[in-house]
Amino acid sequence: MTSTFLPDQRTGPGAGLPPQAADRARGRARRRALNWLTAAGFQLPALVLFMGLVLLPMLFALYAAFFRWGGFGMPSDYIGGENFTRLFQDEVFLGDLWRCLVLVVLSLAVQLPFALAMAVLLNQRMRGRAVYRMLFFAPYVLSEAITGVKFGMIFAPDDGFADQFLGRIGLDGLGGEWFADPSTVMATLFLVMTWKYFGFHMMLYLAGLQAVPRELTEAALIDGAGPWQRFRNVTLPLLAPTLRISVFLAVIGSIQLFDLVWVTTAGGPDHHSETMAVTMFQYGFKRYQVGYASAISVVMFGISLVFALTYQRFVLRRDLEGATTTMRGDGK
Amino acid sequence: MGDPALSRRGFLAASAAAGLGMTALTACGGDSDGGSSGTTTIEWWNISTTQPAKSVWAALARKYEAQNPKVKIKIVQLENDAYKSKMTALTSSGKLPDIFHTWGGGVLKQQVDAGLVEDLTDSTKPWADALLPVAREPYLIDDRAYGVPFDIGMIGFWYNKALFKKAGISAPPTTWSGFLDAVRGLKSAGVTPLALAGKEKWPGMYYWAYLAMRAAGAEALQKAYDDKDFTGAPFLEAGEHLKELVGLQPFQKGFLGAAYSSPTGQAATVGNGKAAMELMGQWAPVVQADAGKGLGKDLGFFPFPAVEGGKGAITEVFGGGGGHALRRGAPQEAVDFLKFFASEATDLELVKKTGVLPVVPAAESAIADPNIKAVQGQLKKATGFQLYLDQAYAPAVGQEVNDSVAGLISGSKSPEQVAQSITKTAKEEQ
Repeated sequence: MTSTFLPDQRTGPGAGLPPQAADRARGRARRRALNWLTAAGFQLPALVLFMGLVLLPMLFALYAAFFRWGGFGMPSDYIGGENFTRLFQDEVFLGDLWRCLVLVVLSLAVQLPFALAMAVLLNQRMRGRAVYRMLFFAPYVLSEAITGVKFGMIFAPDDGFADQFLGRIGLDGLGGEWFADPSTVMATLFLVMTWKYFGFHMMLYLAGLQAVPRELTEAALIDGAGPWQRFRNVTLPLLAPTLRISVFLAVIGSIQLFDLVWVTTAGGPDHHSETMAVTMFQYGFKRYQVGYASAISVVMFGISLVFALTYQRFVLRRDLEGATTTMRGDGK
Repeated sequence: MGDPALSRRGFLAASAAAGLGMTALTACGGDSDGGSSGTTTIEWWNISTTQPAKSVWAALARKYEAQNPKVKIKIVQLENDAYKSKMTALTSSGKLPDIFHTWGGGVLKQQVDAGLVEDLTDSTKPWADALLPVAREPYLIDDRAYGVPFDIGMIGFWYNKALFKKAGISAPPTTWSGFLDAVRGLKSAGVTPLALAGKEKWPGMYYWAYLAMRAAGAEALQKAYDDKDFTGAPFLEAGEHLKELVGLQPFQKGFLGAAYSSPTGQAATVGNGKAAMELMGQWAPVVQADAGKGLGKDLGFFPFPAVEGGKGAITEVFGGGGGHALRRGAPQEAVDFLKFFASEATDLELVKKTGVLPVVPAAESAIADPNIKAVQGQLKKATGFQLYLDQAYAPAVGQEVNDSVAGLISGSKSPEQVAQSITKTAKEEQ
């Protein structure tokens, strides 16, 4: 399909060809022009929507970030980079950056290895394998809001399921105030995040594992490799593309985390679980300091962009060969 | 090949026709045969989306139409938050509905300053003067009236009489030190004195706002906002008093994460008898019974105690209500409808059927609940009034008050820091 829309490099329209061939070439050129037009016609609605709903608002947010603006009318009070200097003196925002880093590290160090372990386990032949896979994936399908409300109830101090359950089995010492205690709120939040998202990464890994050819593991077995060696030297390297994508998604997800936090704690107690997106929401939609909120979103976008580009350039290079590094899909 | 194209065109035509049909239908619902027969259509935007208010209000509109055959009332009902964001958009576009819901205060002032709201001072004077004075306060801007109330309420302590008895407290406290004693008494009787929704922040702000009012007088909060200075001694004193209270650890376990109306929230904690008091508005009994079991006859109400040596009196009220304003240039019929809506007959019906507090003094007789009567008693003898801060102040300042007071309650901010951060935000805003 796509090849018909691409200009053919080998033949310019009728250049140095016999007359009949030149006619044919002209005909081809007309068809090609028509194809271009058709393609453009089909793309126009999508392009207009993308420009109007994605690109322009983004550019406008960048513009608004340099104004003191309450969201009414057009921004007019230009203040240069003041929103940004204020941002990097704002204790809450600096805390957001720190908490973002904590979540990224925890995701990479705990959540993904856990997902990988589960994937390897559920890739074995075992009874009820499909049921386990479905159960572990189910939380990912649930909406963030429902998850948040549910865990809000589970972790309610004293009356909630968590404290009651720990009390019944004689471990009440482990219970506590969960979301309500500044010192445990992040750990609780991370627990819920892991519950919610590990199934998704597990599914990615399972798909990756299934693409690992049995012959290679068998060959390693015949060469006398033990289970760990087979995993470390055969499975893991072949799973690497999946791992790289999964790490990418986990990091971007942590940077932009919002709904789960908003529903469970709204960033509290006392900002101890606030993320950049929550701070942005507070300023944009509660305080109507839209200029400042735009500055926050610009910084968030910047962090995501720098991460995404660096990661794609240096880590995903092999996986994305041809897709982003060159414009032409010739795969070289 | 022709067929799918045709059917696509057919589909497009059909949907276009459907769209037009919808437009025509909605138009029918509104100003059907507008000017030709001399009928005036008034658009009335309100937030009564829940029963019984929804149908009671619609019935009132029909009643008015029956009395005034030349007037049609088109009701547009939006849920609270949707209404607020819709109104934000309408305000910036410069076109407001004929009659619209308002809470008064800062938002109304913003709309008035933009020249979008009708001055009702003279056109409503003959009948509006008879309404409860405290209920009219939120809509007065520079002594001009821009709205007519249909509801008024206030914040005060809702307490569990049985638990007070258990702790040996015979009468509700009227002074701050008496209040702190009651808290200590309840604690030593093994009762959690107060429930607080720390996650939502605004319930905590009520303590600070009332303490500031009691220390500095009812005018002080508005004055501090206008002067952009919250660092005066009474505000620091308010912070210190709140700190004293927090120091007694009076709140339920895990209050920093508690919501207000959820099944494990502030209202349910009181409604289930697990805490003795909450500082909340006149809607508290309903929410207590909804989120928890409700206290029934054990529930009592007392006003926020006076602070020793403070300028404010115990009769000064922190509260707010609901009202209606008109867009600038709204037809005379809209004013007439406001008069109808603020009449004794209407108010009696509203009080009886929808549980609001009366704004027409004569409608008081319709109140059955003794606690609501107690609230009404306070409102009637009110000697001063302060509107809810999130409506009186610009949103950023209101939120900063909530946020920094929450910091004070959780122990991360000192009274001085609270005063300074509110002042800083107030200065940034204007």
